[in-house]
Amino acid sequence: MSTRLITRRRAIVTGLASLGALAAAKYPAQLPPTHGNLLRMGDAFTYAAQRALLPGQSLVREYTPDDLTSFPATGTTDPGATVKSALGQSYRRLQAAGFADWRLQVEGRVSTPRAFSLADLKGLSARTQITRHTCEEGWTAIGQWTGVPLSVVLASVGVLPTARYVVFYSYDEWVDSVDMLDALHPQTLLAYGMNGRDLPVPHGAPVRLRVERQIGYKSVKFLHRIVVSDEFNGGEASSIESGWAWYTGI
Amino acid sequence: MTTEVGSIGAVATSTLGEAAVGRAAPHALWVRISHAILSVSILTLAFTGVVILMAHPRLYWGDAGNDLTPALIELPISRNYQHGGWEQPTSIADGRGAISANRTYDIFNQNGWGRSLHFLAAWWLVLPGILYLLFGLFDGHFRAHLWPRRGELTIGALWREMADHLRLRIPASSGAPRYGVLQKLAYTGVVFVLAPLMVLTGLTLSPAVTAAHPWLLRLFGGYQSARTIHFFTFVSLLLFVIVHVVMVVRSGWRRQIRAMTVGD
Repeated sequence: MSTRLITRRRAIVTGLASLGALAAAKYPAQLPPTHGNLLRMGDAFTYAAQRALLPGQSLVREYTPDDLTSFPATGTTDPGATVKSALGQSYRRLQAAGFADWRLQVEGRVSTPRAFSLADLKGLSARTQITRHTCEEGWTAIGQWTGVPLSVVLASVGVLPTARYVVFYSYDEWVDSVDMLDALHPQTLLAYGMNGRDLPVPHGAPVRLRVERQIGYKSVKFLHRIVVSDEFNGGEASSIESGWAWYTGI
Repeated sequence: MTTEVGSIGAVATSTLGEAAVGRAAPHALWVRISHAILSVSILTLAFTGVVILMAHPRLYWGDAGNDLTPALIELPISRNYQHGGWEQPTSIADGRGAISANRTYDIFNQNGWGRSLHFLAAWWLVLPGILYLLFGLFDGHFRAHLWPRRGELTIGALWREMADHLRLRIPASSGAPRYGVLQKLAYTGVVFVLAPLMVLTGLTLSPAVTAAHPWLLRLFGGYQSARTIHFFTFVSLLLFVIVHVVMVVRSGWRRQIRAMTVGD
């Protein structure tokens, strides 16, 4: 071992340390809890690394109508038929009336909590995008989504500056959340239309979330309530509590 | 592995310009540590990768592919293979032939832990892998031990070594990084081609990464193409590991294991 070699090694170590310091400067101040679980620590590391190393609001690729593909409906395909609780009953009632009485409650750390009807959401500025849905199972499908950017809805209720997460509650009793970066991403939609029609029931009618930079199951279907929160809220039926990664940027 | 046994021993020792007698420097400590970490992470990645593939054992080309579109290859590796558990499809796009159908079949899916363990192991491949590449480059390890020398890459030499390998006439291990030319080509292929290809195609499967780096999708021809290449690169690496283990056994199992662990 020559002294020169040691100098080179030191140069490598110094270089890596500088890179680390650069990444740490953009490191999220608050990480989701790992519950002491090794797998969740790996997920938290992926979250921290992607947030630190990737630009904040880059857009996913958008396709043309010629690229639309067939689209399997998986998970819950009809909460009215399969969800046994009161939620399932109310879904059945709302669906029978064409979702005219459906309301989306937006509350939590906001200045003016509000319940939005389908017409209210359609009255806000709309966005249509053709994107690739990437399922954790390994399949992909290209669909066209029309809806209101979540950022527009959040701006209309006035998100308090301490807010860090947005939590979504669905009629199929699922709870999941995203951080503010994904919540305010221009392609994050509350979608009420698919392929130019009303959102079909198997795909999450009347309104589903689209989180395009994450895996498909983060795009919660059958929404009824959105809560803005200062704290990470796993929720009892959430992905992380059921053994699935909370952050699925990969 | 190239020492006194057989004809290739003579070729290799002469090109190395070293005496075949005595002991060459053993594997460096950082090589042994890298080998240990990367072996565990690669085996974990292979295992979890198969578990993930079992959830959807269909491969496609292009950007999109699912149970309602034709597959390039279907692998009979789980109960999900051609399960057919779908309700009557309905049209979801006017005049475009795109359909949707509800799944009625309870698929095999262990991706909750499978995916997370895959990515945890991937970090243990990527971070130690970067350190390994930096050390190998600056330490001269790649140049001295892995990169084939000019004289080694002749048709005759390659042919002779190929013939010896096919007859499983493998020279006994020297316990040092003195490799035959086929061995060098195998190692450089893994380090500089297959491993980077694995990481890059893997990153192409991340929607957050490709939002920031769309060139990855263009490079591999789409998400599903990248997934298919990811699979065939895995198959190539699996073949490498099998041959590698056979060669280790044939060239002196105990000697080789000691050389790559305690380093003597």
